[in-house]
Amino acid sequence: MAQTKRIIAAEKVFSWKKFFLQWEWFLILVFILVNVMNMIISRYYLSASGLLTATSSFLEKAFIALPMVFVLIIGDIDISVGSTVALSSVIMAESYNKLGIPMGVCIVICLLVGTLCGFINGFILTKFTELFPMIVTLGTMILYRGIAVMILEDQASKNFPDWFSNIFWGKIGSVPYMLIVFIVFAAVFGIVLHKTTFGRRMYAIGSNRTASKYAGIEVQKIRLLVYTLTGLFAAVTAIFLTSRMGSTRPNIGEGYELEAISMVVLGGVSTAGGKGRFVGAVIAIFIIGFLRYGLGLINTKSEAMLIIIGSLLIVAVMFPNLKLGSLIRRKTKSHK
Amino acid sequence: MEKIKSIAKSLTKSREISLVFVLIILCAAIQLKNNQFLSFANINDLLVNATIMCVLAVGMMSVLLIGGIDISIGSTLALTGMVAALIMRDFPQTPAIVSALISIGVGIICGLVNGLVIAKGGVIPIIATMGFMNIFRGATYIVSKSQWVHKEQITPAFQDFTLNSTFGINNMIVVAAVCFAVFAYFLKFTRTGRKIYAVGSNAEAAQVSGINISRIKIIVYSIMGGLSGLAGALWVSKYASAQGDSGKGIEMDIIAACVIGGVSLNGGKGTMLGVVLGCLTLGILNNALPLINVSSFWQDAIKGLIIITAIILNVLTQRTLDKNNLKRREL
Repeated sequence: MAQTKRIIAAEKVFSWKKFFLQWEWFLILVFILVNVMNMIISRYYLSASGLLTATSSFLEKAFIALPMVFVLIIGDIDISVGSTVALSSVIMAESYNKLGIPMGVCIVICLLVGTLCGFINGFILTKFTELFPMIVTLGTMILYRGIAVMILEDQASKNFPDWFSNIFWGKIGSVPYMLIVFIVFAAVFGIVLHKTTFGRRMYAIGSNRTASKYAGIEVQKIRLLVYTLTGLFAAVTAIFLTSRMGSTRPNIGEGYELEAISMVVLGGVSTAGGKGRFVGAVIAIFIIGFLRYGLGLINTKSEAMLIIIGSLLIVAVMFPNLKLGSLIRRKTKSHK
Repeated sequence: MEKIKSIAKSLTKSREISLVFVLIILCAAIQLKNNQFLSFANINDLLVNATIMCVLAVGMMSVLLIGGIDISIGSTLALTGMVAALIMRDFPQTPAIVSALISIGVGIICGLVNGLVIAKGGVIPIIATMGFMNIFRGATYIVSKSQWVHKEQITPAFQDFTLNSTFGINNMIVVAAVCFAVFAYFLKFTRTGRKIYAVGSNAEAAQVSGINISRIKIIVYSIMGGLSGLAGALWVSKYASAQGDSGKGIEMDIIAACVIGGVSLNGGKGTMLGVVLGCLTLGILNNALPLINVSSFWQDAIKGLIIITAIILNVLTQRTLDKNNLKRREL
C-alpha cells in the first residue's frame, strides 16, 4: 500500500515543461492566432456584438460535438448524427404543419425522435457486440435520412409560429439563448466526464473494454446510454437549426457528423478511445467556428474552406506523431 | 424436421452460400412482381450500372483487409474524373487512353498521400481519409472553377469506350471482371497479397515476421487511389460529364457492399467471392426498386434497412458457424 502511494506520488511530480507541453496550450495558441487573423480582417470583429454574431454562426453544430466527445472516449464512433438531425427536424416540422400538433409538443416529439434514433444505434451495437459502430451507424445514417426523404420527398416544410424563430434568434440582453444553453451543457458534460465515477468509467471502457468488463463496469449499458445521449443532442441541434432557417428539408444537417468529429478530434480526443479532455474539445469547437467565420468574412470560397478544414484536421492529428513532437516528448521523459 | 435442420446447417456453413441463397430469394421475389427483371437487357443494365461500384469495392476490400478504411474515394473519383475531363476540354487531341491513364495516375498520387499520412504520419485511417475527403473535394471545385465539363467538351472516343462492347459484353463489365480476376489472383497467390492478409489478421505478428507494414499500407492505399482514378475515368465516360459533386457519398455504398459480402472491418477476413456478391446485392437493389414501382423517395430508407438487416444476419450466421465449430471440436 505504501509502495503504491509512493508510485502515485512519483507520477504526480509537477513539471512546468510537461505542463506547457499539453495539447490544450497548442489549441489556445491556434485559437489566439485565428482571432488575431479575424481582427485584422474586420475591425468590427473585436466587439461584444461582433464576437456574439460570430459565435452564433456555428454554435448549433457544437451541440453534437458535446456527446461526440463521450462517444470517442469510449472508443466508439457515430456517423449517423447528421441524419438524426434531419429526421427529427422533418418529423417536428411535419407534425406541426400536417398534423396540427401545437409547436411546444412538436419540440418534445423532436427530442423523442432523436433519442429514439440514438437508442436504436446503441441497441443494435450492444445486442450484437461483434458489429462495428462505423458500419452500424453507416446503415442508420442512410436509413434515417431515407425516412426523412420518404416523409418530405423533395418539399420543404415551413410556416412555424413566430416564437419558434426566437429559440435561435432570441437574446437575453445581447447574449443569445443558445450560447447560454451551450455553456450550461458544456459545463455539465465537462463535470460528468472529469469529476464523476461515470466519467472515469467511460475512460476505462475506452482504454480497455475487456478489462473494464471484468472490473465490473456495465460496459454495454454505458455504451447504450452514450449513444442515446448523442441522439438526443442531435435533436437539440435540429431544433436550433430549424429555428434558424425557419424551414426544413430532408437534406438538412448533411455532413454534420464529419464536422462534429473534426471538432472533437482537433480537441485532442483520440479516436482510439480513452484519451482526451473536454476543455480541448470546447476550444476546438471555437477554433473551427471562428476560422470558418473569419474566412467567410473575406469571401473565401466554400471549396477553399473544405481544403483548409481538412488540412487542419490532418495536421492537428499528425503533429504529435511527427519527429518534432516525439523529440520534445522524449526530452521530457529523460528529464523526468 | 431433422432434414430441415440439416439443410439449414449446410446453408449456414459459409457466408457466401447463405448470401447466394438470400440473393436467389430476392431475385425470385422481384421477378414475380415484374417479369422484365430477369430479361437479358435488364441484367446487362444492372451489371453496367454496378461496374463503378465493383471497381471501387475491389480496392476497398484490400483496404479493409489491412484493417483500414478509406472514405475519401468519392472525392478522389470526382477529382480524377475532373482532371481527365479538363484535359480533354483544353487539349481535344489527347488520345482517350492517355486521359484515362492520367486519371489513374492522379488517383494513385491521391492514394499515395493518404497512405503516407496513415503509415508514416500515424494518423488513424478514418480521420486521415475524412480530412482528404474534404481536401480532394475542395480541389475538384478549384481545378474546375466550380464549372461542369459538358458532353460536347469530352472527346467522343472517350465517351464511346463505355458504349462499345468486347465479344458482345459491354466494356465496363469487362473492366470490372478483369479487376475482380486480377485482384482475386493478387490477393490469393502473390506474396504481397498474402502479406496484406497477414498485416490485417495480426499486425504485430506480421511485423515480427519481417513484413514492412508501412510499405504494405502505402501500397494498398495507392492501389485504392489508382482504382478510384479508374472509376473516375469510367464515370466521366459513362455519364458524359464531369461535375464537382460527382461520387458524393459513394464510399458508403462501397463499404456497405464489402461488409454485406462478409469483409470484416477488423481486417484479415474477406473473400473476393463475397465482395462480388455484396456488389451484386447493392446493384440489384438499385436496379430493382424502380422496377417494382417503389417510389424513388423510398429507396434510401429501404437501402439502409437492408444494409442493417444484412449485417445483423451476418453476425447471426457467424454465431451459428462458431457454435457448430465448437460442437465439432467437442465430439
